Amino acid sequence: MPFGKASSGVAPGAFLPCSNCRKTIFAAEFEANLRVCPYCGHHHRLTWQQRVDVVFDEGSFVELDTDLRSGDPLHFPDYAEKHAQAMQRTKMRDSVVSGRATLMGMPVSTAISDFHFMGGSMGSVAGEKITRAIERGAHEGIPAIIFCASGGARMQEGLLSLMQMAKTTAAVEACRSAGVPYIAVFTDPTMAGVLASYASIADVIVSEPRALIGFAGARVSKQAQVSKVPDDFQTAEFLLSHGMLDKIIERKNLRTNLASLCRLLGGHLAAVEATRG
Amino acid sequence: MAKSWKDWEKPVLELDETIRKLQAIVDKETDPERKTELSERVQDYMRRRDAYLETRYSRLGPWEKVLIARAETRPYTLDYINALCEDFVELEGDRRFAADHAIVGGPALMDGRRVMVVGHQKGRNIQERSYRNFGMAKPEGYRKAIRLFEMAERFRMPVITFVDTPAADPGVESESRGISEAIAAAMLSMFELTVPTVSTVIGEGGSGGAIGIAVANHVMMQEHAVYSVIPPEGCAAILWRAAEKGAQAAAALQLTSDSALKFGLVEEVLPEPFGGAHRDPLEAAQTVGRAIMASLERQDKLSGAELKAERAARFRRMGAYAESAVAAVLAES
Repeated sequence: MPFGKASSGVAPGAFLPCSNCRKTIFAAEFEANLRVCPYCGHHHRLTWQQRVDVVFDEGSFVELDTDLRSGDPLHFPDYAEKHAQAMQRTKMRDSVVSGRATLMGMPVSTAISDFHFMGGSMGSVAGEKITRAIERGAHEGIPAIIFCASGGARMQEGLLSLMQMAKTTAAVEACRSAGVPYIAVFTDPTMAGVLASYASIADVIVSEPRALIGFAGARVSKQAQVSKVPDDFQTAEFLLSHGMLDKIIERKNLRTNLASLCRLLGGHLAAVEATRG
Repeated sequence: MAKSWKDWEKPVLELDETIRKLQAIVDKETDPERKTELSERVQDYMRRRDAYLETRYSRLGPWEKVLIARAETRPYTLDYINALCEDFVELEGDRRFAADHAIVGGPALMDGRRVMVVGHQKGRNIQERSYRNFGMAKPEGYRKAIRLFEMAERFRMPVITFVDTPAADPGVESESRGISEAIAAAMLSMFELTVPTVSTVIGEGGSGGAIGIAVANHVMMQEHAVYSVIPPEGCAAILWRAAEKGAQAAAALQLTSDSALKFGLVEEVLPEPFGGAHRDPLEAAQTVGRAIMASLERQDKLSGAELKAERAARFRRMGAYAESAVAAVLAES
């Protein structure tokens, strides 16, 4: 598996502690294990580039919608600065990267949220990119796969961010009408406005193990709760046991599982059919 | 920072009380001369009250609007239904899990037309508030809404929604039963409709809980209603670690009706009666009713497919971004 192209900035010979179990991991082993702790199985967060490397065929990803730039319509306090800092730090332009790729030869449309950019929050640009990625799937008859990693709607764009929930939902409706499969992959974390819009109405919803998934911040939920909060509250496992998720998939199996789903659900589509050869 | 709308309406409430007492005396007075004199004093008090209301309500800040939007005297969904509908049968079942009293709905006759009404419902006293869960719907509420939307589609009835919620219910129960999925599915269900749709924010348009039933061809806000991506206190807690800075956050979020109109996120702002909807609920309802009917009349001219496409296009264009290679370079330089 090609991995480690998107460097974590750690020398291959270095050691680092797993942020979950605190055991020391050999950096090269960590990368080879797709940033999953070999001891506790914790799935550490990925950058969008690392996600591309884990899932799609090598060199197949083509980024699109690259000229979209966020505005600051509300002149919200410190937003311009925070956004500029995030751009500098992540080398991304906003929290979502979208494009086309192939998955075991099958063409797919995709969008990937990156939590490292302002918590993966969804403002106008992220909403537009996700919308386009789903619409592209619908129009071109290729499966749409969206990777979620977001704290929710971006409050610095106010009501415009809330409207992205409806906009992305409209794209899902178009995809459904077109008979094109749309798969959502929940990764740590998938929250609030993102969870309560396009993410939760995918044809198939899968998640990485132990991802944090919830509508309200855990603090708010717990405040509202009189009785005891379950230990696994707002985890992928909690959602799975409540029927809100279809499957929890370990990172190393994501690629093959997604390919199976695309092949099985999208077999009627010309583009997918062509790859059966 | 004001904590309640009563802070600035105190003088009004006092004047109201004085006027009421004086009027009672006037009514009993038999001496014509004395009666005229007292009547004039009543008139004078009324003028003073109205002048105060006019100046006060013409310069309400965003935070004051938040407080008015939350006022327990403000008309709620059922008040609008009662004022505007000749007939209404509330249907309570979600057919899945439980009755949710934070969202009400059912078929109604509005101005002689069959419509399906769905709206958030708050309560006015402690018992009612708890019964209505403070207007915070659980998954059941949104699933009931979906059921009613689907019924409206089958029976070709326009969908009229009233939005008035602080937020969707954030509790563990709601998470367990998929509050996020319920909201998303409600939006999806509205996008599928081929009948006319009108949504009105009549109080608090609280984030996901609000948009869940506000995916309409025509979206309106009352003058003093608010519509926000996050409650101002929540925003302040995240940004400044201080929930008490809600007023500052309300200003930054631009959650007022004129801002929503400016950004093209609502079609119409409905003027409220002098001193706010709570001072004259009937007049407020009539304004809302006329606007709903006018929009239905316009939407009647469109086919089902056109209505659905118009609704999708309405939300499709929402967003503030630039797109050009040149803008890209400039933004990064």
